[in-house]
Amino acid sequence: MSTLNLEETKVPAGTTAKPPLRERLAAIGIPSTLHIVLLVAGIAMVFPFLWMIATSLKGLPQLLQDPLSFWPDPWTWSNFTDAWKAVPFAQAYLNSLYIAVLSILGTLVTASMAGYAFARIKFRGSKAIFIVFLATQMIPAQVTLVPFYLLMSKMGWIDSHLALIVPAMMVNPFAVFLMRQFVLALPKELEEAAVIDGASRWRIFWSVILPNLKPGLGVLVIITALSVWNSFLFPLVLLNSPELYTVPLLLASFTSQFGSVNYGLVMAASSIATIPILIAFVIGQRRILNSMAASGLGGK
Amino acid sequence: MSTTLAEKPARVKTRRSSAHDPFPEMRKEAGWRKRDRAWGYVFIGPQVIGMVLFVLIPFAASLVLAFAEWDGLTDLTWVGFKNFTDQLADPLLHKSIINTLLLALITVPIGLGLAVVIAVALEKLKTRTLYLILFFAPVVTSTVAVAMIWQQMFRSDGIFSATIAKIFGITPPDWLGDPKLALIAVAIVSIWSSLGLNVIIFLAGLQNISPSIIEAARIDGAGWWSLFTKIRLPLLSPIIFFSTIVAFISSMQTFDTVFILTQNAGPDNATRTIVYHIYDLGFGRFQFGPSSAAAVILLVMTLVITAIQFGAQKKFVHYEDDAA
Repeated sequence: MSTLNLEETKVPAGTTAKPPLRERLAAIGIPSTLHIVLLVAGIAMVFPFLWMIATSLKGLPQLLQDPLSFWPDPWTWSNFTDAWKAVPFAQAYLNSLYIAVLSILGTLVTASMAGYAFARIKFRGSKAIFIVFLATQMIPAQVTLVPFYLLMSKMGWIDSHLALIVPAMMVNPFAVFLMRQFVLALPKELEEAAVIDGASRWRIFWSVILPNLKPGLGVLVIITALSVWNSFLFPLVLLNSPELYTVPLLLASFTSQFGSVNYGLVMAASSIATIPILIAFVIGQRRILNSMAASGLGGK
Repeated sequence: MSTTLAEKPARVKTRRSSAHDPFPEMRKEAGWRKRDRAWGYVFIGPQVIGMVLFVLIPFAASLVLAFAEWDGLTDLTWVGFKNFTDQLADPLLHKSIINTLLLALITVPIGLGLAVVIAVALEKLKTRTLYLILFFAPVVTSTVAVAMIWQQMFRSDGIFSATIAKIFGITPPDWLGDPKLALIAVAIVSIWSSLGLNVIIFLAGLQNISPSIIEAARIDGAGWWSLFTKIRLPLLSPIIFFSTIVAFISSMQTFDTVFILTQNAGPDNATRTIVYHIYDLGFGRFQFGPSSAAAVILLVMTLVITAIQFGAQKKFVHYEDDAA
């Protein structure tokens, strides 16, 4: 690592031969060129969020007269109270939360069971079924949108959270694949003794495998949470009643109601939908980033 | 008795007669195997049932519906290939396909290119948490919220347009109202919202490159640029390749952004994507047959593009063994 750092100074133009200068600058709190560039880029990345918050605090007069000013003047909190009162945000959060929790719990159980079976149990057709699982990942969910909707309406699940929760609990080929990888990474010796003793697979799974699978389950919780929480198209098609709406759906319906009138209000609604998630992300960032890197894929 | 577990009373008898049985262990083993196999099916059961019920059956139905005309209420009538020929002749589908491909061709190279640059820059730093948070924030936010924020920024009196106008001394562009700019606006939002994800995936890939390879190249006198082009990039290429496929496929599924950002499909259907087309036919007009035909077309495109990318893999992707 030390050699790496020595070489680093070659990169920012200008400071080629003088690592001490750079260190002296760093010592008095002036970051390197690379830091400055990245910081500017990073702030540009979150600028839309900053602008969302700033706009949500502006009153209508300011928005109309001076749409480009960044700072709210005067600070107007009524956008938040108005947006909160206009649509059932609390209900939407509750809906999103319990849909996410149930979907995640179901996925954890069914995917880790299937992942364990595919990794360690010898049974006829195991390989073929696993290939089907992998192959179905190639089918975009939108391809089955219409028949899925028709199936749900046959089952009487349209405008019901069941249509979102049950399939999420029972279908997640990527999660199965991921859990299989995590099981394969566990040493076989772990369960060998139990197998020789003739302990049932359920016992082995429950008391030997599952406790050792915690890191994998953590990854699964995070990627499932992100994809369920942010999902839009399926809730849009499957839900009709505003009191059943999830957060993204309620937010979308909010724009179509108020979008053209007062965008301070719309940004307040966006803030209500976004800020809790951003705070949760900042708190859990290490785990979330590691999960994303480990899974090599978004939850989408 | 003493060694057998209480939960298997059936075994007890065999056990007792084990004095006369030359192969008690094998029998025990065979019985366990059988039950073990059953456990295999039980364990995959929920996911298999879900897969059949919620994916394979709808998928088959989608293939069937593509050959029928149905509004969900009146009787279903078979129309053969009519939906496909209609769709393939429909200017709206053409537009959707062109927009979808254009969007992917803009967002994937730019998005992944930026991500590689940022990941390489971040890898040099000892502390990068703050930057990762900044870059990743859009990823955790729902596309709907993101699209709503950008929608306000893209207004011709919005900050994004106005700032560009000021810098370049032009009249503020009306991104979302101009058919030429609307798709670019969607591309900007797509790149912005997925950048962080690609950055951390590439960063993880870069950190997995064994330092000894880099060290060896350095000793041989490789500079930063040749380290990047001859070592880092080739060793990262399997991950870049994989990310390209994932990004291309997810870009082909763009819906949320066009639905919210450009309010349905933009001016003059300028941002109509295939998934929006499927949605519009199915749930805007209740033409389930044509919608399914469009869905099948999306599927075929996805498969063809993935196949092309796998073909290209042979040329561009290097695995660590070849390079080392």
